[in-house]
Amino acid sequence: MAARDETPSARTLVLDVPDWPGHQAGQHVDVRLTAEDGYTAQRSYSIANAADGGRLELTVQRVPEGEVSEYLTGVYRVGDPVEIRGPVGGWFVWRPAEPDPVLLVGGGSGIVPLMAMIRARKAGGSRVPFRLIYSVRSPEDGYYADELRTRARDDSGLDVAYVYTRRAPRNWPEPPRRVGVAALNTAGWPPELAPLCYVCGPTGFVETVADTLVALGHDPARVRTERFGPTGG
Amino acid sequence: MGIVSPGFRGRRRPAGATELPPGQYLTEDFPVLSAGPTPRVPLDRWELLVTTETDQQYRWTWSELMSLPTESPVVDLHCVTKWSKLATAWEGVSLDALLGGVETAAEYALVSSYGGYTTNLPLADLLDGRAWIAFRYDGRDLVPEHGGPARLLVPHLYLWKSAKWVRGIRLLVRDRPGFWETAGYHDYGDPWREQRYQGD
Ligand SMILES: Cc1cc2nc3c(=O)[nH]c(=O)nc-3n(C[C@H](O)[C@H](O)[C@H](O)COP(=O)(O)OP(=O)(O)OC[C@H]3O[C@@H](n4cnc5c(N)ncnc54)[C@H](O)[C@@H]3O)c2cc1C
Repeated sequence: MAARDETPSARTLVLDVPDWPGHQAGQHVDVRLTAEDGYTAQRSYSIANAADGGRLELTVQRVPEGEVSEYLTGVYRVGDPVEIRGPVGGWFVWRPAEPDPVLLVGGGSGIVPLMAMIRARKAGGSRVPFRLIYSVRSPEDGYYADELRTRARDDSGLDVAYVYTRRAPRNWPEPPRRVGVAALNTAGWPPELAPLCYVCGPTGFVETVADTLVALGHDPARVRTERFGPTGG
Repeated sequence: MGIVSPGFRGRRRPAGATELPPGQYLTEDFPVLSAGPTPRVPLDRWELLVTTETDQQYRWTWSELMSLPTESPVVDLHCVTKWSKLATAWEGVSLDALLGGVETAAEYALVSSYGGYTTNLPLADLLDGRAWIAFRYDGRDLVPEHGGPARLLVPHLYLWKSAKWVRGIRLLVRDRPGFWETAGYHDYGDPWREQRYQGD
């Protein structure tokens, strides 16, 4: 077991799970915490790594006042036991045998299941072209920054584009903005290629991106979404 | 009791607070769970279609639905992603009113939505004042994110059974799993028995 900080407010936990049955990229687990008096709380967390024996990586964003995320990013120490149930989910998944080009659009912690797909693509020897559009508030908020830089260089057929919503890096060619038609047109795929689209992040982000993809001509049945909640209107 | 997580205290609910189903926590927000983009359905093309096991069809246009007597249930919602929201106020037409004149010997229903979503449940769970076609929430027309113009509301089961953007109900002699049910979620989905996944 191990833990590493991804950003000042997000931490990756590496867990060893005995008898783990394996998982598909995009699936999640339910984490259940139990206090000494038996009180429990459960939340879902996406699996960040490609299947790798009994090793499981979760990346948790600290939510202020968050019951479970504050514990997992703060109090929790490497080696402490946690209860896990899963893998869960059979729709928001990508399989290396899939032949179509893929568009991944992630907002904030919504990158986690998409990163599992990027990792599974390489691990599974797939050559299907992948494009990732990753929306973050500021440069410090991007998860897996070094790994994404390296993979964009070495995993052939993987393109990575960032969109900054609050503050862009120095000399960035455009002011901060949200993922919209412009980003999806320039860094996505044309709808005629019929890519599989995976959109993940906070509810409002997912609503906007999925609506825009449909408006651009993507088949709604090929746009798969995962809403991390909870801020839904 | 499960394995104790050292140092975990959690956010307890005050004594005397309404009991929640196992594994659920309370939220004041109204989160959104859907598998894909939100469909937009114009009212002049909206219809609800009930098809029986003998392929008899019953249809309601939007204005026909609006002419039926409505009810205003106030119900607790329980989502399989763990949140619960208490005392939500809806307006809709009871399925007793819609299915009352439908001749059928079916025991199961497969509900379908604009956008292609499906979910299954026993027909009995749609009857006896326990299910509605809802089109107003909290005093306002139901917004598309939450299933507008109209959604099924079956609050005694996990919320994925309350199909948003409802379009059809197929009555079946044999149970047929819907979208999430095919993807490993429970066939029935009773929150009080914590029937989240297959095998629960
Ligand atoms: C399928 C699925 C996969 C998920 N995968 C991940 C993942 O990989 N990484 C990850 O960090 N989270 C993920 N989440 C979100 C996660 O399950 C929790 O909702 C989140 O960690 C907050 O829980 P909490 O107990 O800390 O906060 P709570 O105690 O539940 O909430 C505290 C306050 O924060 C607000 N809040 C809750 N969640 C969020 C949020 N996500 N963003 C902003 N405000 C919030 C609440 O409205 C409340 O006001 C996933 C959710 C789902 C449904």
